[in-house]
Amino acid sequence: MLRLGDVLLVTLQGDLHDSTAEQLQQDISETIASSSTTGVVIDLSGVEMVDSFLGRVLAEIAAKAGLLAAQTVVAGMRPAVAITLVELGLTLPGLRTALTTEDALGLLAGEASPYRSRGTRRESP
Amino acid sequence: MPEHETAGQHGSPAREVGDFLRRRREQVAQRWADTPLFRTVFTVSRDEAVEAGKAVIEALAAVASAGRVEDTEADGFTVVREQLTRTAAARSRAGAGSAQVSNEVDALRPPVVDLLVADLSQSSAEHVRECATAATVLMGTLRLVVMESALNEGRALIDRQRMELLETATPVIKLWDGIVAVPLIGTLDSARSQVVMETLLESVVDQHARFAILDITGVPTVDSLVAQHLMKTVAAARLMGAECIVSGIRPAIAQTIVHLGLDLGTVVTRASLADALAYALDQQGSGIVDPVSRGAVAR
Repeated sequence: MLRLGDVLLVTLQGDLHDSTAEQLQQDISETIASSSTTGVVIDLSGVEMVDSFLGRVLAEIAAKAGLLAAQTVVAGMRPAVAITLVELGLTLPGLRTALTTEDALGLLAGEASPYRSRGTRRESP
Repeated sequence: MPEHETAGQHGSPAREVGDFLRRRREQVAQRWADTPLFRTVFTVSRDEAVEAGKAVIEALAAVASAGRVEDTEADGFTVVREQLTRTAAARSRAGAGSAQVSNEVDALRPPVVDLLVADLSQSSAEHVRECATAATVLMGTLRLVVMESALNEGRALIDRQRMELLETATPVIKLWDGIVAVPLIGTLDSARSQVVMETLLESVVDQHARFAILDITGVPTVDSLVAQHLMKTVAAARLMGAECIVSGIRPAIAQTIVHLGLDLGTVVTRASLADALAYALDQQGSGIVDPVSRGAVAR
């Protein structure tokens, strides 16, 4: 977990166990609450395997961050992971995504980057 | 088959045939070299044909001695299976149908039975008949093995070609910086959709693409399964941080989708590939698209 100004960068790597996931969620919530964090970037580029549990953890982190007025962006998801999540029926609606961590930071900063108009894009229900 | 029950005992017809084949290997191979099957495959030299024939006879003798004259899976055949496959494949390439190849393999039988009967001229008529039957069954099994190998070869070829077709039929094209497109042509089935999804997502990573266009102009029909695959691809692309646009939905397909009650509401659709590209360029803020005709009308 890394704080970059207003943004909290969370890098996930390898397997995520029940206890570590619990701890991670708690840490994120506390960090957001105790600081002026307005955005959370979850970097999944180091994750090669995924199950429904990780999908749920992502959705929960996003929901908790949302309650604390911070936006969550998932970045760097691998094709295999994306396919697995979709096959599991976990399309994570409402969760924002970016190709790389850099793009995610740009998205959160609302820079006049190529993402300019995508920042406001929302999934329809 | 009586020779099968008595297999294993000394002097059983199957064993007898095995011994005979070993004893007369040279003669049988010489006669086989003159049959159409060996003559057409081994055109270079007669010696080669004789050698190949000997290998097959050796295998047949092993099978017969093991008393498994009816068993196409007998261990003895594994040695010559590849050779038989090549022989059958060579005949097929030369234009022979499977029935013709089968008959040509059958033509190997008379020399064996003739030699066998001549060899056993001192034995009782009953014994000769039993041995001849065993030899005939053995040759029938050989015929089955050859045809089976040829069929397996054909099936493997079809599988290989199907895989090649899958790879060549789904090119991912880079249209612009950060925009890739997949023009889909032909019927989409589950296997192909899977390949499309995988190649598209791979290229999204490789090209660092923020927009992926799925052009289905060349897809003749869309059913609920195909639509589901499209939705899955769109969802997976979104998870990776790319936006997926489906273009080229023809009127008939649009009607089908509506009739099937499929909800493509979460998918950005455009009438043509050009419109989809215009949309993507506009979203990227490239400033290339004329703001008046930015193609967004087609939605």
